Amino acid sequence: MSQTATQNQQATDTHVGFDVELRKVFKVFNGDTVVRGVDLSIRRGEFFSILGPSGCGKTTTLRLIAGFETPSAGDVLIRGQSMLNVPPYRRPANTVFQNYALFSHLTVWENVAFGLRIKKCRKSETQERVKEALKLVKMDGFANRFPAQLSGGQQQRVALARALINRPTVVLLDEPLGALDLKLRKEMQVELSNLHQELGVTFVLVTHDQEEALSLSDRIAVMVEGKVEQIGTPSQIYDRPQTPFVADFIGDTNLFRGKIEGAHPTMLWIITDRGLKMKVQPTDASGLPLTSGAVVVSVRPEKVNVSFSPPDDAINCFEGRLKHVMYLGTHVHYVVQLRSGDQLTVRQPNALNVPDSDTPIYLHWGADDCLALPE
Amino acid sequence: MSTKAPSAPAQVQTSSPQWLQALLLLAPAGIWLALLLVIPTLLIFQLSLVPDIKPGDIVNPSGLDNYLRIFQPDVLKVIGRSLLFAIGTTLLCLLMGFPVAYWIALLSPKRWRNLLLLAFVLPLWTSSLLRSYAWISILRPTGVLNTLLTSLHLPTLDLLNRSPAVLIGMTYSLLPYMVLILYASLEKLDRRFLEAAADLGATPPQAFWKVTVPQTLPGIAAGSLLVFITGLGDFINPELLGGTSSMTAARLIYNQFLGATQNWGFGSALSMVLILAVSLAIALLIKYGDKNASSL
Repeated sequence: MSQTATQNQQATDTHVGFDVELRKVFKVFNGDTVVRGVDLSIRRGEFFSILGPSGCGKTTTLRLIAGFETPSAGDVLIRGQSMLNVPPYRRPANTVFQNYALFSHLTVWENVAFGLRIKKCRKSETQERVKEALKLVKMDGFANRFPAQLSGGQQQRVALARALINRPTVVLLDEPLGALDLKLRKEMQVELSNLHQELGVTFVLVTHDQEEALSLSDRIAVMVEGKVEQIGTPSQIYDRPQTPFVADFIGDTNLFRGKIEGAHPTMLWIITDRGLKMKVQPTDASGLPLTSGAVVVSVRPEKVNVSFSPPDDAINCFEGRLKHVMYLGTHVHYVVQLRSGDQLTVRQPNALNVPDSDTPIYLHWGADDCLALPE
Repeated sequence: MSTKAPSAPAQVQTSSPQWLQALLLLAPAGIWLALLLVIPTLLIFQLSLVPDIKPGDIVNPSGLDNYLRIFQPDVLKVIGRSLLFAIGTTLLCLLMGFPVAYWIALLSPKRWRNLLLLAFVLPLWTSSLLRSYAWISILRPTGVLNTLLTSLHLPTLDLLNRSPAVLIGMTYSLLPYMVLILYASLEKLDRRFLEAAADLGATPPQAFWKVTVPQTLPGIAAGSLLVFITGLGDFINPELLGGTSSMTAARLIYNQFLGATQNWGFGSALSMVLILAVSLAIALLIKYGDKNASSL
């Protein structure tokens, strides 16, 4: 909470420069509103991710920054300058495209040099900068290859070098790792992070992969149906989601619909639609303290404690039976059916003896291990 | 088409059923080509080596006489003119065809595209003879064009039976092919390449020259060579629109076989040169096209 406060203060009070700002941006395609009033302020040097399910408008938002789309309403600013009448080729932003869009008729060297040659850079300088950029992405041995002769990961690196060579104010990355297999994706994530730290350039990453966003970003904007649901640091997004959608979309969670029965500054009493009574510590994550009305309680699987006998004086304790066991290597997911009919996913280290389906199993969690979110 | 044949032996070595399959699949076209292309070409070649002896000639003609005659200035001039017509037609088709193909492929509303292409192919459904006659009635001294010019108080143009009429007729005949081939090439153009170019600072004209043109070069080459080859062998347009001053190689060959100056040997030699030139162009097309395909 205090972290949120200081961060907000930093954003508003001190004059940290914003590299990219979106102000109430709307985008309508043939009567279909894809982006609905997006407000974003991306700080200088920040690694900012736009995270959301497919079709949420995240790629369109990125294209609005790049200039491939013009907003139907609102304004896009880069370094404080409105970009509304600035075509893509004059914007200080470079894009790493989904599937890279490397020019198939040009070699790796020519692809990377493209931006400099357009700018009529001196030959010696072009040579030097292309060499440097290829070295940066560890592709210096591949200058004379054509894109078709490279693997996906190598093409990815070339696309990065091509986008970085113009020394843009902001690098836009459109699902850059989406086409790579898991292992390579992890490797490239580390390299992206290293590159960002090394160059200090603002990165804006669009992804549907929450793990990617959580591990790479300074801040994340979660988008759904054309709107920004929440903007925050990875830990804010994960630990203090402000809406049921964010809680559900980021990581695994158990959600219970219910309503507030009683409120106290330090405790909320909630009864779920299926009759479970829960105590939840209120948070100001969503701005206004909740006192009444419909809520959704979110409990992360790793916050749930399991015991095989009724625990002493545990709050939020419910009895159930084991339905499935999902073996996940380092840990195990138990799917437990409560008497109320609710099914909970519980995450446990991979050490317990698996109980059989007749044994009663008791789930409990603390009031500060769950969140009440306004419906 | 004929390039498929050499690739067959590679499959032959793997197993005999495949070998049989290849043979059966290639046989109909192979026999067709052998009967109507290979054998006639060989016959023409044989004919081209038969010297032309008129009654009363007291010479010792050699087999190469027919070929040597090609190097006489008047014949070279005819060949040169044919080349110029073919090149001129190619350039005109490219200049007119590219913007049209570009517009249809990249800018026109999607649902109109097939209709627009159809409109361009429509002239191909009429007889080429008919089209040439139509141009005669447009271009002749008292034709549609000059009537229009006169009514606008502009000087009349004397185009018929001269080179401009041939170029107009040939361009008109071959433009649809150019548009179709360029369309196919431009339609495949990855638009993200244009976005990537803009992203890297290329203005639309720069993106056009640095991305669109190189990306569609195989199409440009294919369209140009097709128009060039067809133009080089065109007989009808020069014959009907060109008058006596626009003698071309195709007309000269025609004259050797069916015209006033019967000389089958010389006609065959000229034919062989034309066949060679066209084969060379096709070889270039294949080589160039393949090189581009492998880099895609």
